[in-house]
Amino acid sequence: MTMDTAARGAGAMPDATGHFGRFGGRFAPEALMAALDELAHEFETAKNDPAFVAELEDLLAGYAGRPSLLTEAKRFSEHAGARVLLKREDLNHTGSHKINNVLGQALLTRRMGKSRVIAETGAGQHGVATATAAALLGLTCTVYMGEVDTERQALNVARMRMLGAEVVPVRTGSRTLKDACNEAFRDWVASVEDTHYCIGSVMGPHPFPVMVRDFQRVIGVEARRQCVEMTGALPDAVVACVGGGSNAIGTFHAFVGDESVRLIGFEAGGDGVASGKHAATLVGGSLGVIHGMRTYLLQDDDGQTMETHSISAGLDYPGVGPEHSWLHDTGRAEYREITDAEAMEAFALLCRTEGIIPAIESAHALAGALKVGKELGPDATIVVCLSGRGDKDMHTAAAFFGLMPEGENA
Amino acid sequence: MSARIAYDKAKAEGRAALVGYLPAGFPTYEGAVQAARTMVDAGCDVIEIGLPYTDPMMDGPTIQDAVHRALAGGVRVADVFRTVEAVAATGVPVLVMTYWNPVDRYGVDRFARDLASAGGSGLITPDLTPEEGGPWLEASDAHGLDRVFLVALSSTDERIDTITRACRGFVYAASLMGVTGARNALDTGAPRLVERTRAVLDKAGSALPVGLGLGVGTGAQAAEVAGFADGVIVGSAFIRRLLDAPDLASGLAGVRELTEELAAGVRSGR
Repeated sequence: MTMDTAARGAGAMPDATGHFGRFGGRFAPEALMAALDELAHEFETAKNDPAFVAELEDLLAGYAGRPSLLTEAKRFSEHAGARVLLKREDLNHTGSHKINNVLGQALLTRRMGKSRVIAETGAGQHGVATATAAALLGLTCTVYMGEVDTERQALNVARMRMLGAEVVPVRTGSRTLKDACNEAFRDWVASVEDTHYCIGSVMGPHPFPVMVRDFQRVIGVEARRQCVEMTGALPDAVVACVGGGSNAIGTFHAFVGDESVRLIGFEAGGDGVASGKHAATLVGGSLGVIHGMRTYLLQDDDGQTMETHSISAGLDYPGVGPEHSWLHDTGRAEYREITDAEAMEAFALLCRTEGIIPAIESAHALAGALKVGKELGPDATIVVCLSGRGDKDMHTAAAFFGLMPEGENA
Repeated sequence: MSARIAYDKAKAEGRAALVGYLPAGFPTYEGAVQAARTMVDAGCDVIEIGLPYTDPMMDGPTIQDAVHRALAGGVRVADVFRTVEAVAATGVPVLVMTYWNPVDRYGVDRFARDLASAGGSGLITPDLTPEEGGPWLEASDAHGLDRVFLVALSSTDERIDTITRACRGFVYAASLMGVTGARNALDTGAPRLVERTRAVLDKAGSALPVGLGLGVGTGAQAAEVAGFADGVIVGSAFIRRLLDAPDLASGLAGVRELTEELAAGVRSGR
């Protein structure tokens, strides 16, 4: 089922040139066009190749730990005012949904006869997953990470290095995720012959948005089946956090054709969209081109990318995957903001009510579930994608809540 | 005025054209205008004015640094048009090299109109290929502007055909797989890329000139490139002179010296 691309009700998107309506496409240097064509071809061939599909399914089941659980969060539900089910991507190997996509792309890398992968990472989840898959398949690996993020995610930098990856701190621009993307693209232009750029979200030039979505669809396919088994019905709403948007697309996609199911994405509202210090692209952005795709982005009147802010390094990105822009425009999915403070409140609440420490990214979805639950009422069921675990964020959380021993608060 | 005119003039003189790049607003608004005028005065046939952008994906550290300084100095799109106007007054064709988002945001037709009225010749678009370029193809037709797309070492002949058919003014051949920045040695594939591009153009009955850029920074390299391409495009090496200079006056002297060296190079290449 993993590679079942005949998505319910959305099978026609994207078109053959990678457009989701007016979004997506390929705005990339000519030097990369041959590699993008090769990748699109290889992906199309691989997903119809039973041997490839079987190998990926074996890795997902025997290495990543799929299917992930759907956990009923009973005590958290009391606060949400509705029945909350958590899709436990935090239980995957490497601690987040990122491994689903990376295992697929690493297998494709090998299939294309390439020996090296590069990746960009914000919070480090995608970097760690890429370093892991590279170690598993014997590929060399370089990860680009904004200097600001290497500081707030130092533990993940150490993990990547432990796994044998080279981590390159990026000191250009805002020194966060978008600049890591630029640097990875620069590397790729120069190394495309033996290197695959393992993009970590449903973003970038075609075929990345559709390919990453198809590798992440497993989240929603499992969640849909598990929810029906557990409750006897489809959920009333499915919620997820949205940075680039891969866990959200992965969760939403299996439900797109289920008209009764509301799909709600929660973006990083930072200090609030009105404050200007946020990373809520669909709530506060406008149409443009960034990192090879046409999509909504945060930009000024001159088309310069704006500085973003989020307490979550993983959501601190000024763009969003083009399929989300399309779902937003068509109204099939709704997108709202969650502030840093709201996310951290939900972070603490999940820890105390369920004994689960979520990633701060995922805490945005949890904060969203608290709002949606109150709107839908006690009879409603909400599936929340718990995209990752919070070990990597303990430093940020400890500083936020003042939990460090005397003198050690950052 | 199409860049083609400058290429044809150089060809009539039995040499390649020298194309110089500089971002608007670097080192300052006025400094960029002076530097570009110096480049024209000392032998550049065509000037490319870069539109400073926050995410210059195709650029190496030198141009990134210059562009960052230009943006920090407050340069805006309107300043780019003013720079074009000031440099075009010298009589050479002036093109704007820009990533696509600032044009998209400004409005493609409006951008084309304002560029044309500033006396600009057209656009060079490193992250826009003809496949996504529909609105720009229309706007450049409506306003009589050059459109310069890039061909790369990895481009198939089929793609080179698609790209060159969409080009007007000249074709930009990216001489190496990599980002901008002067290199010690040119990629050995560069002559072959120009040769392949010319073959495709010949087949289509086109005599569009082919300029070669990325990695050129010395007179000797300019001479080498002038031996097989119609134009030699230099960017980072000019910026390096300005970045390394203690003040604008000595920076401009460095730019003049480099231009003369390159201009001599393109004249000794054949």
